[in-house]
Amino acid sequence: MSVAPSASGGAPAEGAAPRRPAPPRRRNQWRTAIRPTIISVLSVLFVFGALGWWVTSAEMWPQVRLQFFNLDAMIAAFPGVLRGFGVSVSIWLSALVGIGVWALVLAIVRSLRAPWFTPFRLMVVIYIDIFRGIPVLLLVLLFGFGIPALNLPGLPNSGLFWGAVAMILSYSAYVAEIYRSGIDAVHEGQWAASKSLGLSEWQTMVYAVLPQALRNVLPALMNIVVALQKDVALLSVIGVRDAVREAQIYTAQTFNYSSLIVAAALFMAATIPMARLADYVTRKDRERRLQRAG
Amino acid sequence: MKPPRIEIDGVTKYYGDVLVLDDVSLSVAEHEVVCLIGASGSGKSTLLRCINRLVEFDHGTIRLDGVSIEDERYGGTGLQKRVGIVFQSYNLFPHMSVLDNVTLAPRKVHKVGRRAAEDKARELLSLFGMGDHAGSYPEQLSGGQQQRVAIVRSLATNPDVLLLDEITAALDPELIGEVLKIIRRLKDEGMTMVIVTHEMGFAREVADTVCFLEGGRILEEGDPAALFSAPERPETRRFLQRIIEAGRL
Ligand SMILES: Nc1ncnc2c1ncn2[C@@H]1O[C@H](COP(=O)(O)OP(=O)(O)OP(=O)(O)O)[C@@H](O)[C@H]1O
Ligand SMILES: [Mg+2]
Repeated sequence: MSVAPSASGGAPAEGAAPRRPAPPRRRNQWRTAIRPTIISVLSVLFVFGALGWWVTSAEMWPQVRLQFFNLDAMIAAFPGVLRGFGVSVSIWLSALVGIGVWALVLAIVRSLRAPWFTPFRLMVVIYIDIFRGIPVLLLVLLFGFGIPALNLPGLPNSGLFWGAVAMILSYSAYVAEIYRSGIDAVHEGQWAASKSLGLSEWQTMVYAVLPQALRNVLPALMNIVVALQKDVALLSVIGVRDAVREAQIYTAQTFNYSSLIVAAALFMAATIPMARLADYVTRKDRERRLQRAG
Repeated sequence: MKPPRIEIDGVTKYYGDVLVLDDVSLSVAEHEVVCLIGASGSGKSTLLRCINRLVEFDHGTIRLDGVSIEDERYGGTGLQKRVGIVFQSYNLFPHMSVLDNVTLAPRKVHKVGRRAAEDKARELLSLFGMGDHAGSYPEQLSGGQQQRVAIVRSLATNPDVLLLDEITAALDPELIGEVLKIIRRLKDEGMTMVIVTHEMGFAREVADTVCFLEGGRILEEGDPAALFSAPERPETRRFLQRIIEAGRL
């Protein structure tokens, strides 16, 4: 279970010194540790240097730099794009909350087994089929342009609101299936134990099954979080002034694309750490499973 | 006359087209310990699970203190309050501490306050040698310790009947003893128990009555000394012969 034995077994330097000829071995270890690192660094420098030289020496490069990597244009566009990025992030966060809750409701309805629940279970199945079958972009257009055009009394009229609703409805169909796979993965014996202790089906779900299910699907959910952050950019097609939209506005005025590169950089700055975190969570989860299995 | 604690009367159960319990009748008196033995697939677990309605049966009746378990008196959680069960695979909740495992049902089902439930749980845990592990998580415990916690969990709601389904089958041999010791103690305290077991030595020692099942029927039923030393039915004899050859008697 603990890693201590293997760690001490790998380096018997102190305790086992009298039995093994330590000095040559240690020098060996030092060399085997440092050489691969040097080789890695050198080859990275070489390959990336060659690529950089090849790209910048191309005939088109000055034009590309002017159009895409123009520092002045970037600085000029930055405040607007950053403001738009703030909008992107706030949509992203509120959509996350909406998806997390709505998908959980769908998954629970789908997983409860009481017979009188059948019509609701069926509704969820149909819902998931429909919303997984329609491209998100199409839903965003339909909701973002269509519903405000209806002028429904008592409901918000902004494209931003309805666009975000479209994202939530669509993503929830996927996330509900993720939740459900986590619920299904909880061992049947947990249901039997809960039932025999007198817990109702609902109590079983809340106290016994869901905590385990959520832990099972945490890595998959993290990946959805990353994907959603990028898909928020879809709302720019209905005129929401997010990072992409602001960058486009600048491009339309100046015929320079550097603002889009700024937006891309902002997205990357947010998603790459998130993706690393998702990888980390996945790795931890796998270690936990291995530990439990062994 | 007082009705038997458990009275199984002509219970039949199908899984699809497969007949798993075939007109089974069995009566368990208060304080009696009944052991169910038989080959794999003979229906022992199914019969046990019918008693607390983890499995629904197709025909027949099961009565607890003279009242059908399908009666509304046992509706809701009424039956589970009276009958506890312990499984081969412990089925502890892995995300909860030992204490939370034991107090979940008292608190959420029986609406006992947290303090009272925890005090009682700690008392029970130390009674069964698990007092130091109240804060541990199941995966930090040995199989024998987990099984003891599972037994404590099922006792925490004060059941009158305990159902045990091969509770030592998943344990290393050196851990079996500590679990069986607890069952002996429960017997001494007068707990009514129905025990499915492959430990014939244990069945012989602890049972008041032994039932041999085959093909979903109770083929032979009787006093353990008589049944083990002089079985009447050839099927029982064959089964015990196989057990002896496997070195488990
Ligand atoms: N959920 C189920 N669905 C279909 N068939 C089942 C189910 N559970 C049990 N059975 C079948 O019912 C029969 C009796 O099973 P049961 O588990 O009661 O046997 P058992 O005597 O407890 O066996 P073991 O000693 O292996 O635990 C077997 O043939 C089994 O395949
Ligand atoms: Mg069984």
